[in-house]
Amino acid sequence: MSALATNARVVKALGMRSVKQTFRRPQLIAPIIVFPTLLLAIQTGGASSAVQLPGFPPVQSFLQFMLAGAIVQSLMIAGNSGGIALAVDIEMGFTDRLFSAPIPRFAIVLGRLAGTAALGLFAALWFLAIGLVFGVTFEAGAAGVLLAIVLATCAALAVGGIGAAIALRTGSASVVQGLFPLVLVILFLSSAFFPQELMIEPAKTIAQYNPLSFIVEGIREPMISGIDAADTLDAVLAILGIVLLGLLLSDRALRHRLRVG
Amino acid sequence: MPAIAVNGLERRFGEVLAVQGIDLSVEEGEIYAFLGPNGAGKTTTVRMLTTLLLPTGGSASVAGRDVVKEARAVRASIGVALQEAALDPLMTGRELIRLQATLQGLPTAEGRRRADRLLERVDLSAAADRRVGTYSGGMQRRLDLAAALVHEPRVLFLDEPTTGLDPVSRKTIWEEVRALNDDGTTVFLTTQYLEEADQLANEVAIIDSGRIVAEGTPDSLKAEIGNPHIQLHLADGGIPKAEAVLAGIGRLLPPRDGKCVEVEVANGAADIPRVVRALDEAGVAVESLELVKPTLDDVFVAKTGHHLETESEEDAERPPVGA
Repeated sequence: MSALATNARVVKALGMRSVKQTFRRPQLIAPIIVFPTLLLAIQTGGASSAVQLPGFPPVQSFLQFMLAGAIVQSLMIAGNSGGIALAVDIEMGFTDRLFSAPIPRFAIVLGRLAGTAALGLFAALWFLAIGLVFGVTFEAGAAGVLLAIVLATCAALAVGGIGAAIALRTGSASVVQGLFPLVLVILFLSSAFFPQELMIEPAKTIAQYNPLSFIVEGIREPMISGIDAADTLDAVLAILGIVLLGLLLSDRALRHRLRVG
Repeated sequence: MPAIAVNGLERRFGEVLAVQGIDLSVEEGEIYAFLGPNGAGKTTTVRMLTTLLLPTGGSASVAGRDVVKEARAVRASIGVALQEAALDPLMTGRELIRLQATLQGLPTAEGRRRADRLLERVDLSAAADRRVGTYSGGMQRRLDLAAALVHEPRVLFLDEPTTGLDPVSRKTIWEEVRALNDDGTTVFLTTQYLEEADQLANEVAIIDSGRIVAEGTPDSLKAEIGNPHIQLHLADGGIPKAEAVLAGIGRLLPPRDGKCVEVEVANGAADIPRVVRALDEAGVAVESLELVKPTLDDVFVAKTGHHLETESEEDAERPPVGA
């Protein structure tokens, strides 16, 4: 078996462990699915007339608009939960088991990210299913749904990289968990839950440059209007930027951890 | 070629020199015990030898490979069971060993075969599909050991493999370690239990404050110390007077727990009457006494000036003889 195939098996095995670990620990899976679902229900139930505001993008329903925000919220929490789980692994010494195996050590990070990406995929499917159940029409059809799923999966991997870097650097689950409010702040300062056009300053400008807004719009556009090449490209670039940042920071944190023990 | 060769190995954490330039050599097929108290540098040394921590000085090779320059080759040759079994409580025992097999690059079918075999070997087949979080401490240690063996390593590192275990679980682990060694596996184990080192090891290194203070077979180390000592339990308040009397008979050992006095004697049992008579004449009431042959703790005391354990198992298993 080639080294590449062996490493791919390791990443797959660690990714599967990561997913199982999340589903077996209610405190990890609940925030990823339950919290965004509840928020989606509350927002669509209580603020659905927002679609009538002047300047609100033309949508079939507020739920159609909100789905992308719920997906991105879910995958942001998945990234944070992935970081918490990695930090727990460090705290209980499980990473030592992985680090003492004859595999490239970055495969350990990639395994964790593979798991986070799978959770992002699950979150996308969950919220798209909710949309379908409640009659949301996906304007770009099957291709649009597929695009939204791919972007969500990749975005989960990207934010998972940031969570992994923080976990590797701090080795503390409570520190990573403590970043949860920050995740929400970054999310609310994007176009996840409200159109940029209707925001007031400085939130409007922040949302305009917030990479999450690009990701949200990349996922939202195929749902509410159709596939837009520019929006898709912006989303892909935002994801790539976060991926590169996450991998770079993870690599540095990993080297630091191995140096200091 | 030795299975483990260490030259001037050093690890500094800021201002603290945790491991201070140690040298050691472990031959193939040996059980080598690294004996020392908490904080002596045992785990730091193991972490360097297993490539989990970079040394800040010196060099080391395991299975003929440099731990820094050929770290991945080293990791392919070693099995590691670290202090406090590093297990995921949410995984089942079977999942853990299969994951370990994948990490070691074994094909899926072979990994499954070995997992089943190892689970049986450590008597965990019945619990294999239960989550590790439901296992007892002894079961977790056995699982950790099985996971470390999945790729049949040449050298096995066990960092305090029995710390916190009950005596029965401890003996089960010892039997397994002996069986592995009989199969040709070199074992490097750290321990703070004298009996463990004495029972298992061909070679013992005593480490204290980051330095190896003695090295040899358990028998040769004890022979270096030479004389047995008499351990006396006295009535309340008798210790200062007894120490004054016994200082004229033999060398007093450092106080262990404030409840007894120990004096090294040249003639073993023949010196007991003399000791009892002297104490009697001084009006010191002896509750019990025991003739203790040199132990690794005595070696430790001789080399470091203090005891390794305040409550060794040897003490627990050897009730004092009534005086």
